[in-house]
Amino acid sequence: MKIIEQKLDNYLILKIQGELDASSSITLDNALERAIQSNTENILVDCAELAYISSPGIGVFTSHLDECMTRDIAIVLFNTIPSVRKVFSILGLDAIIPIVSSEKEAKSIADGKTHSNTMS
Amino acid sequence: MAKRIQIPCLKNNLKKVRDFVESFLKDHNVSAMDIQLMVLAVDELCANVIIHSHNCNPRDHIEVSVTNKDNNFVFEIRDSHDAPFNYEDYKAPEMQEVIKERRGSGMGLILVRNIVDEIQYERDGTNNICRVSKRFSPYDDKIGE
Repeated sequence: MKIIEQKLDNYLILKIQGELDASSSITLDNALERAIQSNTENILVDCAELAYISSPGIGVFTSHLDECMTRDIAIVLFNTIPSVRKVFSILGLDAIIPIVSSEKEAKSIADGKTHSNTMS
Repeated sequence: MAKRIQIPCLKNNLKKVRDFVESFLKDHNVSAMDIQLMVLAVDELCANVIIHSHNCNPRDHIEVSVTNKDNNFVFEIRDSHDAPFNYEDYKAPEMQEVIKERRGSGMGLILVRNIVDEIQYERDGTNNICRVSKRFSPYDDKIGE
């Protein structure tokens, strides 16, 4: 599993390549932690090449989400394949973490932060 | 006849288990989405045993086996450990609670319970057995539905 970080204006794009499981989730955890600590405004996660995710991978997002909300950092996922999207959906996380189909939509969601990362 | 794989208790061996499950289900014409979900369920169960029961000790092993009878697939994860997981005590956490408490664990069994038809834990001598079953419709039968 590999993560490519790309800074674009006020967005940090994390492109995940490969499989996110119990052995590899620490890599994403470190990348997200770095992004949060460096006061990134918007974290966009490109999942086009994320072939698989299990609960430790999901756990990376749940463990950082509250801090992102506190710091007004948006986290938006985009380009997920159906089986990855399904995992978020089973847990009900697709109603909490925005998951959209394109980078353009992800930027749009991040720009209107009141619509993202909200918890009822 | 059952097919089986045995791996040392290391997290990076989970990929071998996933490939094993995927290969078996592909050979039985299960749909791609059903395969991905069943692979996930078995991965979660194996990760639990490797991490929580064996503390990722490579000297310990787990065995995963699968059988199919009339499209009812039964997966068994066997290990030997003095303190078997007590499924009766497991309470699924609320997602809002997980996020508020900034937790990254405890969700695996929610996924498993949503994916499989049945889950059983039993003790057989010194072995712990986790058995899950799932009935799939063959993918070919779905074409044209």
